[in-house]
This record gives sequence, C-alpha cells and structure tokens, in this order.
Amino acid sequence: MVTELVLDHLSVRFSLPGATVAAVNDVSLRVRPGECVALVGESGCGKTVLANALLGFLPGNAQTSGTAALTGDGPPLDLLTAPDAVLAATVRGRRIGLIPQSPASHLTPVRTARAQLEEAVRVHHPEGTATRDHAHRLAARAGLVPDDLDRYPHELSGGMAQRVANALALVGDPWLLIADEPTTGLDRHLVDGLIGEFRRMVADGRAVLLITHDLAAAQRVADRIAVMYAGRVVEAGPADRVLDAPRHPYSAGLVNALPDRAFTPIPGLPPLLTDLPPGCAFAPRCDRAAPVCAARPALADDRHAVACHLPC
Amino acid sequence: MLTGLTADAITAGYDPAHPVLTDFTLTVPPGRTVGLAGPSGSGKSTLARVLALLHAPFTGAVHLDGAPVTAYRHRAPRRQRTCIGVLFQQPRLSVDPRMTLRTAIAEPLRANGRPADVVDELADRVMLTPELLTRRPHEVSDGQLQRACLARALALGPAYLICDEMTTMLDASTTAALVTVIRDYQRRTGAGVLAISHDAVLLRHWADEVVTLPGAATS
Repeated sequence: MVTELVLDHLSVRFSLPGATVAAVNDVSLRVRPGECVALVGESGCGKTVLANALLGFLPGNAQTSGTAALTGDGPPLDLLTAPDAVLAATVRGRRIGLIPQSPASHLTPVRTARAQLEEAVRVHHPEGTATRDHAHRLAARAGLVPDDLDRYPHELSGGMAQRVANALALVGDPWLLIADEPTTGLDRHLVDGLIGEFRRMVADGRAVLLITHDLAAAQRVADRIAVMYAGRVVEAGPADRVLDAPRHPYSAGLVNALPDRAFTPIPGLPPLLTDLPPGCAFAPRCDRAAPVCAARPALADDRHAVACHLPC
Repeated sequence: MLTGLTADAITAGYDPAHPVLTDFTLTVPPGRTVGLAGPSGSGKSTLARVLALLHAPFTGAVHLDGAPVTAYRHRAPRRQRTCIGVLFQQPRLSVDPRMTLRTAIAEPLRANGRPADVVDELADRVMLTPELLTRRPHEVSDGQLQRACLARALALGPAYLICDEMTTMLDASTTAALVTVIRDYQRRTGAGVLAISHDAVLLRHWADEVVTLPGAATS
C-alpha cells in the first residue's frame, strides 16, 4: 500500500456562543514520503488548527468534516474519526512525529534531556535492552554528543533544545513529521541548522509537513508549497513555481511583500473566520476581483493548482 | 534640540561580573532608521531596554536629545519616558488580556491625562477596523494584535521608536504593512527608529544603516 497522508475536503469548525468559527475549510492536500510540503499563511488563517486536527488535539467544541486518510506503516486510518486511544497508541510519535514550536518549553523542565529521551526509547522499543546506546545513536544523529544529554532544559541553548526535540520526534521512527512554526524566533544559523535537518529527514525517505508564516523559510526547504488564506488552500504547487510565478493574487501579494521584493503590503485585512464571504474570501482585498468572484472558486486538481477565477 | 537618542559607552546586563554589553556606543539620529543585528545573547534586547529607559546600565549614559538620562523605569521623568515608544516581539505578552484593543491603544493617553479621541485615527493608521477595536487580545490574530501595539506605541507621538524583533511573529504582508506605517510616521514627524531583528534581509531593506553586535563571548 502507498504510504501517504491524504486530506480530502477537511473542514474544522468551532462552536462559540453566538458564532461559528470556520477555521479550516475544504482543505485537500497530499503528503508523501520523500518530500517537504510547506503550508504557508498568516497568523490566524487556520494552519495550526489543521495540524492539531491531524494529531487529534482539537478541543471538544470542534466539529470536523471530510477525511484525513493515513496509509502505510500500519492499518489505513482516518485521523479525524479515529479514537484518541488509537491515535495515542499507534499514530502520535509512531507514524506522525511532532516538531514543536518552542523546543525549550516542550521539554519537561525538571528532568534531563537524557531522562526524557531514554523514556521515549523505552516506550517505543520496550523489547530493546540497550536503551542508553539507542538514545546516544538518536542524539548523535541529531547533532548532540552524549554529555549534552545530561543537561536540564534550562541548561540547553536554543539550538541544543531544538536538537533534543528533533531526536525525540524520531524515536518512534515516524514517516511523517509535522513541524508547527519551528523557525519562529530562531537565529539565522539555527534556522539554517533546522532546515538542513529537515532536508536530511526528507532524504531518509520521511515526509515533513512544515507549517509556517515565514515564506522565506518555506522557500529554502520545501518541495511543494500550499498557501492558505482564511482557512482555505488557495494555491498549491512546486515551491519554485509558487514563489516565482504565483497564480493566486494572494500568493502574489505575499511574495511581493517580502523585503527583498517590492516590500509592499497587501491592502486590507483578512476576513473574520466567523463571517467568511460566500465567494472568494480574498475578493475584498483583490485588485482583480470581478462579479464572477461572488462564487467560491474550487482548487483545481493540477500540479500547480489555484483556487481563483481570474488567476495571475 | 533634536540630536538623537544615544547610548554613550554603556556597560549593561544583569550581573556586573558578566555584562551583556561592554562600553557600547550607538546613536539613533532623528529621522533615521538604525538597524541592529546580532545573534541571540549578543545584547540586542538589553540595548533596547536601556534605550527605552526600562533598564539602567551599570556604567555609561543615555542621552535623549542632548539631555542626560538620570533615572530609569518609573523614576524616569515623564517627559523623557513618553518621548520613546517601544514595540516588543510578542504582542500577546505586551497587552493586558482583559483590555479591548481600544482600551489598550488608549492606555498611554489615559495614563498621561490626554484625551482619548485620537484612538480612532491611530487605529485607522494601522488599519484596524472599528469592529476589531471592540475585541480582546485572544479574539484577534498575532498580526492584528501587533498592529494595536504599534498604534499604542505611536499614541503619544514619540520622537523615537524602538522595535525589538517586532516582526518575528508576523507574515510577510503584515511586516511590510507595519514598516510602511512606521516610515509614514517618520516622514511626518522626523522620528528616529531603532529596528532590532535577526533577519538581515529585512534590515537591509528597512534600515538606513545596520549595526551588528558581535556574538556573545563563548566561555
């Protein structure tokens, strides 16, 4: 069976008193081993909700529709409907690893990196006997020497904490890694190191789903980029095509806003997720908008797909 | 006379035995944008705090338009304190979660006994809609909250603005929008700006000149 994650018309809604937040709308996306897919969008566009939906971390007031089919490396599973016990025992850490946003606060502060890494090794490989050697191998792969593991999280530099988090994510040998804003607040050389690590993971035959607001970071690591706006994927395609020849006016605006391009903002503000327009959500900010945009454009099923009636 | 905001041979940090900055001098001239780059731990944020009068240096002095600063934090004279606006990296940690955006933007005006009728104009300048002003921080995105923080920083019409990693949490479009608002403000008022970032590409295109702090001495 093909190993892949296929999102098909995935939607997530939150019920609040007096309002419904449409955080993720009709997202279809495919992630396969050996590629890094970046999901790019501004804060509040629904990217983190999407990641949480895939890991079963949504709060109780969330309603989902569509499917997120995970195949390979175990029985086929719809991540949206699988019971939490199944996700905890067979998916998280084993088929999907999480690279956290803030590694230092992701680690338990009162235990050494070694205690946490060896615990993960024992849980994932209960039959193994050489727990310490196994932990050292994982640490070495992530760029740590054994002595580093004897430190507590507050004694680790940002880069070392990131490496510990990477080693932890790989203990259960997942084929898919979800990284939610991993580069936020990191120095340039730490971003470079992390991007190098992502490329190594991809070269090892894993897949990385990188969720970020940082178009420049996505450009440097991703094979494919999906641009998300107001809970919808508006454009998806090969990274260089999306950045050098964007077809959706929103993607074009984002690229133009980069400091080394035109450095000009997209006019206006994104719509409220409680009050999305029925048609194209970007139309109110779009200089190409026409009457046809009152109907919601579908994402074409194409190698470089765009959800726009009047693409660039 | 406007001669700039100057850190004059300051040594600063949190432990006199291991200062973060040693004998460091930098001037933010009026009307100019000075970029400050450097790795984590090199003292960028410490310098921001000293120049914002939020942290007293061990030695050296800060001069505000030629006048020496003699007291820091709440002891700083109001006239000097209100001359300098600050924007921080994390808007979530910079706004009281109980306040609506309107109240947050009006806070410096209220604290200084000035009329709050300019809030709508400030909000308009950072492109926040009237509806967003009624919301609390958890009901808006990071980008929208940082827009409110910029409006708040500009509320008293500061002569100097210190932006400490202001754009780290923001997407490219919101970054460009906020930089545009700051440049417009500079053009109108001749304010000086200190732009701190680890994003070299951003500083190259935003700042008139870029100063790079060397990395922390490895012990």
